[in-house]
Amino acid sequence: MAGKLDLDPRIVARARALAAKAGQPVVDLARSHTTVSVERAVLRLAGVHGADADGIPWVNRLVDAVRADVGLGHGVAVPVLHAALTTGVEDLTVLAQKAAAGAVRFAVPEKKSEIAAARRRARKAAAGGLKIIDRRRAERDRLIRRYGDPAQRPWIYLIVATGDIHEDIPQAQAAARAGADVIAVIRSTGQSLLDYVPEGATREGFAGTYATQENFRLMRAALDETSRELGRYIRLTNYASGLCMPEIAALAGLERLDMMLNDSMYGILFRDINPIRTFVDQRFSRQVHARAGIIINTGEDNYLTTADAVEAAHTVTVSQLLNEFFAHEAGLADWQLGLGHAFEINPDLPESFRLELAHALLARELFPDAPLKWMPPTRHMTGDVFRGNLLDGFFNLAGALTGQGILLVGMMTEAVVTPWLSDRDIALQNVRYVLNGAGNLHEDFVPGAFIRGRAGQVLGEAVELLERIVDDTLMEAIADGTFGLMKRPADRGKGLDGVARQEDDYYNPVGELL
Amino acid sequence: MIVRPYGDTTGDGMVQLSFTLPIPHDKRAEGAALQLAGKMGMDPAMLVHAKPMGDGFTFFVVYGKVGHLVDTERVQVVERDYPLLSAKEVNAVIKRRLRRRLNVVGACIGTDAHTVGIDAILNLKGIAGEKGLEYYSELSVTNLGAQVSVPDLVETAREKKADAVLVSQVVTQRDAHLHNTRAMSAAFREALPAGRRPLLIVGGPRFDELMTGELGVDRIFGRGTTPREVASYLVHALIESKSKS
Ligand code: B12
Repeated sequence: MAGKLDLDPRIVARARALAAKAGQPVVDLARSHTTVSVERAVLRLAGVHGADADGIPWVNRLVDAVRADVGLGHGVAVPVLHAALTTGVEDLTVLAQKAAAGAVRFAVPEKKSEIAAARRRARKAAAGGLKIIDRRRAERDRLIRRYGDPAQRPWIYLIVATGDIHEDIPQAQAAARAGADVIAVIRSTGQSLLDYVPEGATREGFAGTYATQENFRLMRAALDETSRELGRYIRLTNYASGLCMPEIAALAGLERLDMMLNDSMYGILFRDINPIRTFVDQRFSRQVHARAGIIINTGEDNYLTTADAVEAAHTVTVSQLLNEFFAHEAGLADWQLGLGHAFEINPDLPESFRLELAHALLARELFPDAPLKWMPPTRHMTGDVFRGNLLDGFFNLAGALTGQGILLVGMMTEAVVTPWLSDRDIALQNVRYVLNGAGNLHEDFVPGAFIRGRAGQVLGEAVELLERIVDDTLMEAIADGTFGLMKRPADRGKGLDGVARQEDDYYNPVGELL
Repeated sequence: MIVRPYGDTTGDGMVQLSFTLPIPHDKRAEGAALQLAGKMGMDPAMLVHAKPMGDGFTFFVVYGKVGHLVDTERVQVVERDYPLLSAKEVNAVIKRRLRRRLNVVGACIGTDAHTVGIDAILNLKGIAGEKGLEYYSELSVTNLGAQVSVPDLVETAREKKADAVLVSQVVTQRDAHLHNTRAMSAAFREALPAGRRPLLIVGGPRFDELMTGELGVDRIFGRGTTPREVASYLVHALIESKSKS
């Protein structure tokens, strides 16, 4: 459906070139640093698993021990595997336990032959983890061939959020039976600021359920069962953003999650995580997603909950272009880019729906091969659930009319509670009605001057903003409150102490294999 | 005044209700829904919609008449018991009576990351056409942002010699807002003697404004609060009412 807006291809090309120019210094920064979470992800892929009696994962204990002895800048792989070779403790989880008890010291070997041996071992261990990820990806391809993709676009995406994985499972299965193609389990508040990934099946989240490897496994297994029952592959989504992006990405690959929320700036803007930490973590996690065949969802929609959706429309476009650049650089293909945007214009504004169509169509035509994630109204939803249901209907219509790839189903109770079972049912009925009655209306929909003009204007403003960002640097723009009105300087925020500059001998076997 | 719900004629007592029962849809389920409506005071109750959801749940819409009478004289609410001042008036009172700037420390505590509400009250930008407390020249505002721990809040309040602490809580699942507010007020009680404790104010869209005693705070602000109401209350509670007693 390209070409309805008559966007000037030269301006589009210029916007992309500017985004690359603005993004490159951040990529250079990411390539020259590592973080505790990147290193823990390497260890997870190398087979370290489980947690100590206090629930602190062994990967944390091991990275902390290595860091205390030799710092982070060499990467943990060589010191750890060198210790494994010299102590004869082959099982790295056992090694972590011994290190935590103070029984192992870490060093960067001096002899070239020792370094080579440790690297060889590290590569082999990490390859073991990547092999599982590859197997999971092949398994997904097989299941999709067997059960099939959803019959329609957009795919219907629903959230469950009880806080208890054992409540989430029946709710997710019920949602799939009622028509959901993608189930997202949202996380407990506070998880994104934990500098470790909790372990095991959990039942005590607030406004969401903890992301743990075991919870991933349980939900994937349940949805496999439901896929079989329904003859349609049900995709599973979780959230990578936060202090543990790389590790959660690794766990998602190991447990065959299908989509992950992975925005380049969400953690910075909405959790006050340090910008450098986020960009380093983000790059590695996206490399892992690329390998795992996972579709990422970016978070531009969130900006419009704190900034005005008309005034700040171009910041969404700029962020989409940056997210696209970072994603390509990390090896993700266009089909894996669920770029975010949202229906968040104040409904009292005259012509609000036409403006929404302009913005949605702009995203569609700028990124023709990406499965855009279309987010429902949230900010202007109120306790008037009846009006909310109407707004959601118009949101669904805009999604159908502009060919969105993934439609996050809006709830009429958005301003009241995390969704009830009946809210989801009513919301799906709304989606079904719109897609049934008007799913192909895009064939007849030709935008006029108003929509074309607005789209062109937003693109123009995006180019201007990108020019400014290229001059001032992206880090400065983030510090200034360009995105979502949140001001986040590069030397502030949580998790900066977990970042280290890579030494000349830095070695990361996963980075090498990806 | 005594009133009844209004459908389309005075005194008809008509209300609508929707809910889910965790049972499959059949005749018995419909009867169960009517039984619930009856116990809730709807008589007669009309089941107008029943829809199965998945295997074990049914959604119902019920219309019906309730016999209950409502006496508007006997309603309990927290009404504004202080005058609504303009920014200019607020500044003038502080200048004249306190003779120094009034210190306000604000935060969204616990794991809650919703800042839009507290920012609406505190930041220059404000809300609904009203400027936030930062705009008031006689108020000195420190906004700590979101996900602030209670010990950090107490520490900052002490450091800034806060006259008032403003806390926001938006996430309410599993009563997170109530737990966090209680923890906050307890921490202030522990850290500071009664005379030196700042005024404790919480706000958020899902608080019950009557719960101040239970939560150990001085005032609760709900949905749609504006900065002016808060500024007027601060002046009232910290200056006007103190000088009277
Ligand atoms: C914007 C938003 C977000 C943004 C927040 C951005 C930011 N920087 O604040 C983002 C996208 C980051 C977000 C994230 C999440 N959100 Co949210 N979010 C919303 C949304 C859409 C609007 C909230 C808002 O900004 N309202 C506008 C402000 C102005 O209103 P207000 O907060 O009520 O404030 C007014 C009054 O209450 C009062 N007030 C408030 N605080 C104070 C303090 C004082 C001292 C005073 C005097 C007055 C006062 O004055 C204000 C002005 O009038 C609501 C849904 C909705 N429409 O309400 C969900 C909602 C609040 N979010 C919700 C949830 C669950 C989350 C998540 C936990 C989801 C998850 N599991 O990941 C995460 C948050 C993680 C975390 N750690 O908290 C739920 C909460 C459910 C519940 N009742 O517990 C809601 C209701 C959505 C839903 N139905 O699920 N969210």
